This record gives sequence, C-alpha cells and structure tokens, in this order.
Amino acid sequence: MRKFKQRLVTMFRLRARRQYLLARAIRRGRHLDSVRDRTAQIAPGDILAFVTLRNERVRLPYFLDYYRRIGVGHFLIVDNGSNDGSREYLAEQPDLSLWSTTASYKGSRFGMDWINALLRRHGDGHWCLTVDPDEFLVYPHINTRPLGALTDWLASSGMRSFSAMLLDMYPKGPVTAQPYAEGQDPFEIASWFDPANYSIRKNALYRNLWIQGGPRARALFAEDAENAPALNKIPLVRWKRSYVYVSSTHMLLPRSLNVVYDEDGGEMASGALLHAKFLSTFADKSAEELDRRQHYANSREYHAYQQGLQQRADFWCEQSRDYRDWRQLEDLGLISRGNWA
Amino acid sequence: MNAAPIPFIRGGKEGAGVRLGVIMLCHENLGLAARMARIWSDGGARVIMHVDAKAPEAAVEALKDALEGTGTIYAPRRSCTWGTFSLVAATLDAAAQLLQAHPDVTHVFLASGACLPLRPVDELRRFLANYPEADFIESVSVRDVGWTVGGLNEERFTLHFPFSFRRHRKLFDRYVRLQRRLGVARPIPQGVTPHIGSQWWCLTRGTLEAVLNDPRRAEFDRYFRHVWIPDESYFQTLVRRHSVHVESRSLTLAKFDAQGKPYVFYDDHLALLGTSRIFVARKIWPGASALYDAFPRRTEPADADEEPDTERIEALLDRAAARRRLGRPGLYMQSRFPRKDAENGKTAQPYAVLYGVGDLFLGLREAAAQATGRTIHGHVFGRQEVEFADGGLIGPGALSAHVGLRNLDPQGFLASLIRSSDPMPAFLYSPRDRQYLNWFMATDPNAQLLVVTGAWILPLIHSGMPFDDVRRIAAKLQRAEVRFLDTLDSVWVKARVRRWTLAEALAQPDEVWSEICMTLLPEGGAASLPAPPLQDITGVLRLVRALRNAGLRPRKMGDPRVLRALAAPLPVPEAADSPAEAGAPPREIALPRQRTG
Repeated sequence: MRKFKQRLVTMFRLRARRQYLLARAIRRGRHLDSVRDRTAQIAPGDILAFVTLRNERVRLPYFLDYYRRIGVGHFLIVDNGSNDGSREYLAEQPDLSLWSTTASYKGSRFGMDWINALLRRHGDGHWCLTVDPDEFLVYPHINTRPLGALTDWLASSGMRSFSAMLLDMYPKGPVTAQPYAEGQDPFEIASWFDPANYSIRKNALYRNLWIQGGPRARALFAEDAENAPALNKIPLVRWKRSYVYVSSTHMLLPRSLNVVYDEDGGEMASGALLHAKFLSTFADKSAEELDRRQHYANSREYHAYQQGLQQRADFWCEQSRDYRDWRQLEDLGLISRGNWA
Repeated sequence: MNAAPIPFIRGGKEGAGVRLGVIMLCHENLGLAARMARIWSDGGARVIMHVDAKAPEAAVEALKDALEGTGTIYAPRRSCTWGTFSLVAATLDAAAQLLQAHPDVTHVFLASGACLPLRPVDELRRFLANYPEADFIESVSVRDVGWTVGGLNEERFTLHFPFSFRRHRKLFDRYVRLQRRLGVARPIPQGVTPHIGSQWWCLTRGTLEAVLNDPRRAEFDRYFRHVWIPDESYFQTLVRRHSVHVESRSLTLAKFDAQGKPYVFYDDHLALLGTSRIFVARKIWPGASALYDAFPRRTEPADADEEPDTERIEALLDRAAARRRLGRPGLYMQSRFPRKDAENGKTAQPYAVLYGVGDLFLGLREAAAQATGRTIHGHVFGRQEVEFADGGLIGPGALSAHVGLRNLDPQGFLASLIRSSDPMPAFLYSPRDRQYLNWFMATDPNAQLLVVTGAWILPLIHSGMPFDDVRRIAAKLQRAEVRFLDTLDSVWVKARVRRWTLAEALAQPDEVWSEICMTLLPEGGAASLPAPPLQDITGVLRLVRALRNAGLRPRKMGDPRVLRALAAPLPVPEAADSPAEAGAPPREIALPRQRTG
C-alpha cells in the first residue's frame, strides 16, 4: 500500500513537472520572433530538425547539407542573437523556418524552452530531431538507408524515441592546430574518439541512463568526476504535444520515452551524435561563451576548457580510435543495430 | 498423408500446363501494390485484388486506373483486421471468384501488396511444373512448432479471443490467463488436426476447390471464426484434409522478429536477395527503390531449376534476433543496460583475479607477465589510483587512472577494461582495494579467482607504522576479507575459485605459482619459469601474536602450527609467551607499549 502511494506521488510529481515545463515553453515561446516562417511547406511524414544556435555561420553549410542528405525534410531554427551573418544565411535557405530572439539563453533553460515551444507548435505527429549545430547523427546502416527507413522501422516496432549518445570527437594534436574551413567535413580534422571509457548510471526518477566519460571527463574533469558532462541523449522522438524535454535532450517527460535501453540483456537499436566541438573554432567560441556566462552550472565546463586550452589541450592518446564508419562504432559497443537487420 | 515419394518431374520446360492465378491482399500503399500487380500480370498471371474497405476511395480509383488493361479483377471489399477471420473470409471470396472467372488457372498464389517477386513469373511457373500436384504451404502440427511468438500454440485453437491483441493487449492477456485457470477448452471439430504456418501459400486448383467446396465448410468457418490468427491456420489445417502432396514450406520469404513483426528489406540487401533464388520476398521498405528497380531478376540459366536457398538470409535475421534478445555479453551501453543478474554474460571474456597473491610473491606481475605473456594489471581497484599494467594514466579503452571516474560506475569500469583487453587479462586484488565488485565477480563465470587469504598481513610487517595504526588497519582488512570470503561461500558463486590460506601458500608456493600460470595460459602446460621469490616473512609470527594480544585474533591465516614451522628459522625464541619476550625491542614494527606496568 505504501509503495502504491509512493508511486502515485511520483506520478503526480512528474505530471506537475511536465505541465510546468509546458507552461514555461508556451510563455517563453512568445519571445520568439518569426524571421522566416515556411512551416506551411511541411508535409505529413516529414522528419523535422530543431536547432538553437548563436554565431555558427562557418559551420552551417556542412551542417544543413549533412542532415539534408540523410533525409531531414524541414529545419526549424532559433537564432539567439547571432551577429556573424548566421541569420541572413539561414533566412535564405528554402527548407528552413527561422525564429530569432535576444532573450537570455540561460533564462530559457539553455534554449530548451524555445525548442519545446516549437516542438509543441510544429512537431506533433512528426519524427523530430533536436540537435546542436555541432552534433551529427550516426545510426546503424546510415551509409545505405536514409533516416526515413529508421523512423519507419522504429514506428513499426512501436518505439517512440531513439537514443544517440554524444561522442566527443577530437583531432590529433592541439585542438587549435588545424583550421576549419567553411563547408568542410569537421571529422576530417576531429576524427578521433574514446572507445570504451564511459560510465553509466540509471536515474531512478526519470528512468534515463546517465552516461559520463570520454575525452572531456578524462582530460578536464578527472578531479571532479561527478560534474563531468552528461553524454546520454535522446534526440529523435516521434513527437506529441504533451511531450517535453526536461534537460537539454538528455531526458524527456513522460519518462517512458527515456527507456531506450533493454534491461534483460538484449540490445535495442541506438546511434551516436558525433560531437564536432573541438575544432579550431572552439577557442574563440569558448572565450565568448565564458564572457556571456550563459551556460549550464555557471559555465563550469567552459572554465575547464579555458584552463585546458591554455595548457594547449591535446585529447589524443594511444587508445584513441580513428573514426571509420557506423560498423566500427557498433563493433566497439557504442551503438547497436538491435534487431534492425 | 505424404507417404508417397515426392513426385519430381524435370519435364515442364516452359512451365507448360501451369497457369498461375494470384490473390493480392492490399490495405495501404496502393501505388506500390499496383506496381506489384503489374509484375504478376505482365508475367502472364491472372490477378484478383482484395482492397481493404478502409482504404480511401481516391487511392482505390487510382489503383484501378493504373491497372487498366491488365485484366485484373477485384474482389468485394471487406474491412480486415489483423489476427481475425476477416482476412481468411476475404481470401476465400477472392479464391472462389478467381477460379470461377478463370477456368484455366491451375495454381493459386496468395500474396500481399508488399510482396515483391524476386524472380520472373515464368521461372515460378516452371518451378511449379516440376512439382505437379504439390501444394506449397507451410503446415506444421501445433504440437511440434515451438516457434510462435507469444507462446500461443495449441491454445490458438481452444481458447476464446474476443479482445483485440493490438488495441487491448492487457485485456487480451488477462482473458487468456483466466481461461487457462478455468481450464476452458473449445472442442476442435472432428477430423481436424490443428496445423499452423506462414500466411502466404501457393495451392493447386484441385486442393483449393476441395477446401472451398468442402461439405463441412460452414462448420469449419464457424469454428475458425474464433481461432486466434486464422490466416496462419485455416488453410494450413484444412489442406491436410484434401491435399495429395503438401510441400510444407512457403515460396514467400516472410520472417518475423521477436515481436512478431515481419522483417523489412532495404537496398543493402540486394546482393543477398539476388543470390537467394527466392521467388517472393516481403516486406520491402517502400523507399527501397534499388530493390524495386532490380527485381524481378532472371536467374542464371544454370540455376533456373535450383531450389530457393533462404539459409544466408535466415542466418542474417537470426543474428539480428539474437542481438536484440541476448545482446553481446559483457557490454554495457546506452541501449543495453541489463538489470543485476540478467546480464546474459556479466563480462566479455575470461579474466583472472589475483587476490592476496601480489602480497605473497615479490615482483609477481613482472614474473607472471613474463611466464605467460598476459597483461597483468596492478590493483585496478586501488583506493589511491588505478594501476594499469603499463603504469600509465590511461589504460585499455582510454579508461582513466583517476579513481573518481572509476568510482562513478565501477562495474562498467571493470566490464570495459575486460572487453577492451587482450585475452585473459588479470589484475591484483586485496582487501586494501575498493570492494565494490565482490558479488559481481563471484557470480561471473568468466572470473578465475585465485585467493590467498591472510596475505594482507605481509605488507604490514614491513610497513614501519606505529602499532596502533597497524592494529587499526589490520582490523579493517580482516573485516573486508571475511566479507569477501562470505561471498565466496555463497551458493550462487559461478566463478572458478581456488583458495589457499597464507600458511598453505607459504608451505607450497610452487603450487600457487603453477596454478597462476595454468589459469593465465591453460595451453601452456606447467609453469615454464620458476616461481618468483617469496616476500620476506620474518616477523609474521611476532605480528600475529602482537595483534592477538591487542585483542584482534587473526583469522584465515591457516594452520598456526604450519605457520610457526615455516617461520621457525626466524630468530625469535620459542618461549614467545613469556612476559619478557613481549618487552623485547621490535625489529620491524613498533610493538604496543607494555600494559602490565
């Protein structure tokens, strides 16, 4: 009886939390000014990409091209006060709707209120991919099957969400050594990753897995392990208006969406978000972000980066692996095709 | 029924004498269905289509337009629901109509709008001509199947199923359980032996007519109306009453995964499907344009008479199913995070845990690595640092030597370490280390535990610490060791455990050493190199006694007489219990102050 009561209390607590986040999204969503609204072009069944960004002009061409190639139908982007031409560039794209805001990134829960608002308005019934401009989704069979094949298969398997952990990619040698040119594949430079140093814990309340590790944990957070950045992400969701992202794309409510793993020993399908953060563009970016103080946990991460960069951080080690393709990630046990043969 | 030898005639050169009729069941993606229907009719088959009553009118009109001039006929539309008799009823109607409209049809093939013919229709005709009289229908007695999803075999035929499996799953399951408890059993009609099998078949005209015109058909239809998934059992059962020759296999490749959902094929399966010589495959992803463009494809003339070969495809699908159900042993990742004791393999490969042995031998790691060529890590669960084999800050898999990161998820750490290591890695372990994983290792069949109990005392002899500290630490270590040994005594232990007390190990160090070498390198035979030297045990008796006198009885050291005999050469007078002895100046450690004063 007590257990039942506890469950009921948890249920109501989570429900209240979800409704609070939805209300926030609706309220903060009003701060978004539409720059280009092409959402009328969205066809039923289109896969949508949702992005918040600031000053990412150099990265944008490759980013948009990458997701167009795997089959994203429409981009919905929030520009948080760029002044490097990102906004003008985005406004010209034919398959993209753009909103802009100068409101506080931190005050909108690091952009999640805005994204939740857009997801609620435009995502209902679509497979929605929520990523940052430096995150590139890799899933099983990506070289031969478009994203639509994956979402069709997920839907027919009764799955509503798809896990893709963040895989930090880095160059060999100092991060700033090789300059990144517009339109270039960032993984020509940052082609290395850590194969098997990820710690996993389960969050009992939200039921998501909490994954930490990789180069950032080992090089920058070794003395402060608890605060190492979270790498678990659930970026691909068949959206409904009642859903909401709780904290970045790490977890959602209702919490059943977070159960993207098998607990009986089997493997569910999963992918990875290759994280092209550690490029030459990173030095200026992290200095700027530190100035703005708009990041998670008092920008603790960026403090660590600045310190690391000053010591000419090189993430590369003997155990680093050179990225080849999705099969390599699967062999290493970072992603899985599950039973998607 | 099939006592007669299988008639096989390699005579039907052009498939003469075979006229194929095709029943197509369609409910969605009618554009694709039209394309498939055209492949059939262009190959000379008579096609009848059943379109689900729920399909939108406009799409049906477009379908009819697209098939203008192919002679396709349309069965009266019914609304079909998965798992119910409606699908069988639609098939029966269509079959009757097809046979009546085309008296020349000799074989009838049941297909869906998502079935892609991989080989041309005339090759299928020729194949059928080689087996006159044969009905290609998978038909397995329910007593012997054992492969259905959900565990319903015979019960499909004897229980009632008023609730929808898809929409009211809970209710469905509960009602089945209730009927099991009450012992409900619907009578099976006389003369019927329940068989099930793939929904897709190819029957001869004679057999199909016999099924349709069976004098007891009304009775059977009434009965099957309440059978669970009758489209997998109606024809499969009744064909046994009428067929002269049942070839119990389907010409359509349609495999189901663990959730009972058909596998889908994509462009990258082209080569696999192309060499399989399978006639028809489903399902094909609607976007797999390379497959739709490539098939149907003519087989090499030399192979044209060969049987379909599904083995390679089935192996691929079985591998996928196994990955979903069992996963890779010892892997913990974002989409595989097994509950405790549901791991299907806690670790990825065998490994050795050298407990206490490192305190017994001098330079054990180097000696063992040299003798066996294995990677011998130090104390990877050390409290201060993780000691990897090469002493570096980064170990296998880019694991960090920082304890903070390891302590976030010690089990994941060990699993990653073992999965990323060369075969048979080993590491040192002792009660001084973090004891997180005692249960995990003890219940892991991959673990080879080589345990020397009481060895923790040896480093204390030479520590030079004040006795009070030694006493405190000894108590802690002994407590940890006793807990570890309790775990090893549990009935759930799956690890291979070899245990020695300190006294036994000191008496026969060569046995311990050869056991280590055998464990690390089973194929290497007996130890080729001599055992490394033992730790200096001078003073062990004195310390044991001092601890005992300080109220801490050292346990798990082994037979005290053996220990005493081994330590005998040591220059301690045997009159150790005399009060004078207790006051003697210590050689290695600071003994407690005299309490007798």
